[in-house]
Amino acid sequence: MTPQLTAETLGGGFDDAPIQSSRAFRAALDAMARPGRIHDIGGATPPVPLSVAAGTLLLTLADGTTPVHLAGDADCDALRGWITFHTGAPLVAAEAAVFAVGRWAALAPLGRFAIGTPDYPDRAATLIVEMPALEAEGSVLTGPGIRTQARLTLPDPEAFRANHALFPLGFDAFLTCGNRVAGLPRSTRVEDI
Amino acid sequence: MTASVPPSDLEDRRTWMGVLARARPERLADLLPADSDTGAVILRQPEIGTVMVQGRIGASGGPFNLGEMTVTRCSLRLENGAVGHAHVQGRSKDHARRAALVDALMQTDRAAQLRRDVLEPLMRDESGRRRARAEKAAATKVEFFTLVRGEDSR
Repeated sequence: MTPQLTAETLGGGFDDAPIQSSRAFRAALDAMARPGRIHDIGGATPPVPLSVAAGTLLLTLADGTTPVHLAGDADCDALRGWITFHTGAPLVAAEAAVFAVGRWAALAPLGRFAIGTPDYPDRAATLIVEMPALEAEGSVLTGPGIRTQARLTLPDPEAFRANHALFPLGFDAFLTCGNRVAGLPRSTRVEDI
Repeated sequence: MTASVPPSDLEDRRTWMGVLARARPERLADLLPADSDTGAVILRQPEIGTVMVQGRIGASGGPFNLGEMTVTRCSLRLENGAVGHAHVQGRSKDHARRAALVDALMQTDRAAQLRRDVLEPLMRDESGRRRARAEKAAATKVEFFTLVRGEDSR
């Protein structure tokens, strides 16, 4: 299947890739280093339904060696073509994915994603979760990179608690909404309230 | 890759993209003045990378990696929606941008003019280079004469 090369598919990349991708990478790095803190990220304008933050993350992190899984309504022709044109990343099933993008409900069941192996815990998937809202309120987070505690709206605290229990295995997550991103690595504890 | 071009023109497009890719950057710059760059939106800024060149050798025809070569690629869109792509030899960003522009313009009504003014001179240059190289090589050709052997002589 050849995706149609429309304006939507081909446009919306970085105008100034070296600068914009460096800024976006810094934002992604900061987000993972300071779980729960919300960062601004932008530069790319992906086709609907993807948010600016999720699209920018993909352009920055994905390339020909990182298989991407599109979950739910993110799995549309426009987005497939856009990712292929701009990153060259192969589009795969959930089990083989290094990055997975979609709404929380579409990403379930989470057991499908790679969590790494005891020898290679880095061979785990990173989920990019599209959120309807992203605010510094709700679940309480503690752990590495958080001085005392952080608060973040989580789609399902129980799932992240179960993921943390797998440490050092488990997936990492970026939560995105509009042009905002927050990181939630597997090392972060989601406290019982 | 070529959804906007009818299948009958595919072979043609492959030919002109190849001609542009192998052209000398300065020659293309002469043939295509910079002022015709206006109005095009860059979809992918010219970027330099390498591609692995594969060859086939031997009767079994299995591919093998010949080596990497430097290429520059660029994509752009004209105001009328035609999209041009280019992968060119070397690391000249201007070359890639111009080649993508020609590829896009070849899909518009300026095709005949561009074919005459740009592509045909480039093709002539290329065949000239090829011939010069072949002639140079031919000049060094050594003829080996075998001595007449006993059984061949009457």
